[in-house]
Amino acid sequence: MKILLENGRLTDPSQTMDETGDILIENGQISRIGPRLRAALSASEIQDTAVFDLTGMVAAPGLIDMHTHLREPGFEYKETIASGSAAAAAGGFTSIACMANTDPCNDNRSVTEYIIKQARQCGLVRVYPVGAISSGLKGTALAEYGDMKEGGIVALSDDGKPVMNSHLMKAALEYAASLKLPVIAHCEDINLSGSGVMNESFFSTELGLPGIPSIAEESMIARDILLAGYTRTAVHIAHVSTKGGAELIRTAKKKGIHVTAETAPHYFTLCDESLRTFDTCLKVNPPLRSREDVEAIKDALKDGTIDAIASDHAPHAITEKDVEFEYALSGMIGLETSLALSLRLVAEKVLTLPQLIEKMSVNPARILRLPLGSLALGAPADITVFDANHSWTVDREQFFSKSKNTPCNGWQMTGKAMMTLVDGEVKYNALPDAK
Amino acid sequence: MKWNKKDILGIKELSPDEIQFILDTADSFVEISTRDIKKVPTLRGKTIINFFVEASTRTRTSFEIAGKRLSADTVNISPSSSSLVKGETLLDTARNLEAMSSDIVVIRHHASGVPHMIAKHTRSSIINAGDGTHEHPTQALLDMMTIQSEKGSISGLKIAIVGDIFHSRVARSNILGMTKMGADVHVAGPATMLPPFVDQWGVSVHTHMDDAIRNADVIMMLRIQTERENQNIFPSLREYSRYYCLNSDKVKLARQDVMVMHPGPMNRGVEISSDVADGVHSVILKQVAYGIALRMALLYLLAGETK
Amino acid sequence: MTKKRVVMDSEQFDRSITRMACEILEKNKGIANLALIGIRTRGVPLAQRIHDKVSRIEKGHVPLGILDITLYRDDIGLRKEKPRLEKTDIPFSLDDKTVVLIDDVLFTGRTIRAAMDALIDFGRPRRIHLAVLVDRGHRELPICADIVGKDLSSSLREAVSVRLQEIDQVDEVVIEKIK
Repeated sequence: MKILLENGRLTDPSQTMDETGDILIENGQISRIGPRLRAALSASEIQDTAVFDLTGMVAAPGLIDMHTHLREPGFEYKETIASGSAAAAAGGFTSIACMANTDPCNDNRSVTEYIIKQARQCGLVRVYPVGAISSGLKGTALAEYGDMKEGGIVALSDDGKPVMNSHLMKAALEYAASLKLPVIAHCEDINLSGSGVMNESFFSTELGLPGIPSIAEESMIARDILLAGYTRTAVHIAHVSTKGGAELIRTAKKKGIHVTAETAPHYFTLCDESLRTFDTCLKVNPPLRSREDVEAIKDALKDGTIDAIASDHAPHAITEKDVEFEYALSGMIGLETSLALSLRLVAEKVLTLPQLIEKMSVNPARILRLPLGSLALGAPADITVFDANHSWTVDREQFFSKSKNTPCNGWQMTGKAMMTLVDGEVKYNALPDAK
Repeated sequence: MKWNKKDILGIKELSPDEIQFILDTADSFVEISTRDIKKVPTLRGKTIINFFVEASTRTRTSFEIAGKRLSADTVNISPSSSSLVKGETLLDTARNLEAMSSDIVVIRHHASGVPHMIAKHTRSSIINAGDGTHEHPTQALLDMMTIQSEKGSISGLKIAIVGDIFHSRVARSNILGMTKMGADVHVAGPATMLPPFVDQWGVSVHTHMDDAIRNADVIMMLRIQTERENQNIFPSLREYSRYYCLNSDKVKLARQDVMVMHPGPMNRGVEISSDVADGVHSVILKQVAYGIALRMALLYLLAGETK
Repeated sequence: MTKKRVVMDSEQFDRSITRMACEILEKNKGIANLALIGIRTRGVPLAQRIHDKVSRIEKGHVPLGILDITLYRDDIGLRKEKPRLEKTDIPFSLDDKTVVLIDDVLFTGRTIRAAMDALIDFGRPRRIHLAVLVDRGHRELPICADIVGKDLSSSLREAVSVRLQEIDQVDEVVIEKIK
């Protein structure tokens, strides 16, 4: 069975392609690409081909969300690998990386293999486990990186917590480099962030909520850049949220230090002022920053300082969110809103559409060393089809995610994933003429 | 002016006109507490729940007396733990309070924002009796009432607020209210006790107490929470009181008719010396008396709103 | 559209007040143990005027108080808008006094019911009299005035308003049709 995608805007920055055309998929791979492919097929071949009309839609290399929390094992009441995968497919993602802070945490091969097994069983999107930097996420001893890599991890991170011990971080960078495993740093000085629950600013003063100063993030970004430079290794900075953090990364890149960075849609969409509603869905870590930071994050996306957009999808149950702001857990879900929020950057002319695809597919694939993020001939047919002009209203009750902790409920959005193909198979289809 | 607010959540939500209206209304309630029979039938049949998750004898008693003098049924609930600890959501809490057919719920909570979050979930009127380090609007209103009653007006007065501004909801609400009412507000405390960007409220910020209280018409001292001694905010109570205690020498820097206020309870000898607390300038006990009239006014204004 | 009819002008107004003052004195046989209390809003200047006349005639001091009945109303929970509360000021004891309550218009009787409840919270008067400038009928409670400036038959579709120099810059009583 072949699949023919017709008349789409084929946008693939990996081969600087942005033109209208067709894609033919055979045996899970992209076999042909170009204009009017139907003409080259015989009548019997057409009979054996599922044809989709993509007029008005974009077909891009499958989107990769390199930063999600799928909560399984241990917190299945928040999310499971199956529900998270379904949310990913509906949000236009063909691949997702999931962080290690489960219970038990992913600091050993058996958990890695369990995650991969569960993901394979639900068979929706590619799920790439991220292993823990430190055993038990305790920040004191290295986990077994080699064994976990054989089990299938693609990167290392203690995300959710920083590695406060600088010596351990240095060792992790060196050891991981020898295994070609990227290290993803959650940058936060927990002594500076203290009991903080929001950005330290005029608004934290006004709301009487303990603040987390931007330097809590920036001082650790600086440390990790210094460590990577000193050890000649690479480091990837997770969820950059501050102007100062972006500046540190920009300077480091100029110096030739191997640093890459990601941000999440909420850091270029929302600022700390929105917390005036005391909506706990807005409580995230790092916290929503100032208006100035939001603008700086956009600038950093524009000039390439920030390489990737990742959702930091962090599901929580209502009993963990509809509580006192100070006690609410941090995090918001993002898989099903990430693309629409990111497309706003295109509407605002911060990024071109190809640049956006770069940040949501090509660059995450490169950082995680995955053979994905391209529509090149012979590549696995991981394709995201989206309508950049489709208007819709967010209704969290319709989400595939098990949790509903989004601040975007009721928001008007423009742009939506219409079809998600993984390995040449349709995993999600919302095309108007979907059968 | 027409009163159309359902809740009293903070001074931030009140306009200068609304503040003035509350103060004027409260003024008319003062007389009731001077009668032999200190009770009017206004809120007969209304239920007021004092929901105090954070313990407070003073504020709770003040609300209780205010409610009783208006003939309302007042009930005190003092849960020992937050909703999180109980595994309950704030929505559950709000629904429970509403199920008791409460007309007004007075909430005090150690976490900022709780009255605001509960107000969204319920038809009952909510009065914030202090939330975390956020706001304490009824205290600020009674403080402003005290100043207006004793000084005639708030506008144009130099008012100094001294102490741990950072952790004080009383300071926040008073800064918001007094600046709205046209006062020249000065805050002073150790740099570690001054909240970031506090100047954006239009107050003058000082680290030396003398600069704030010089020629002041009103000095408000804040309670220092002694348990903060080991949080790297100040070296010791001994050193704190050496620089930030209001004693009779300091009072001489202010205007001759300066009024000394304190929201209570006081740490005598720490932020205020006994001779000042009990001296001619002190209005600390008047604050308590005005507090009842002020809270009666708020209960009166909120109760019986058609739902 | 509204037809306004003046039923009492300033001359008639003053004569009525004078007569009411005399009747009060006559009923009380002088000013011994007499106290006057005006009900807010328009009962207050009326009480003041009667007080002036009474004091002038008898050349003695008669205590005068002000009563705001808002907190005693029976419709507090029913009204959309909260009536503005003003100060009550009764700076003397009511015990064993003959208290004359003074108001502008007697209509349903509910205001007077509230006023009597309020007075009793202040003490135990020997008796309470009621003096009103206009009695327009339509009582909803068993209350009647002891001293009346003018009896006025009115319909429920009419509004009777007393206007006073002190508040309205004119002394007159008018009847208007309610649309």
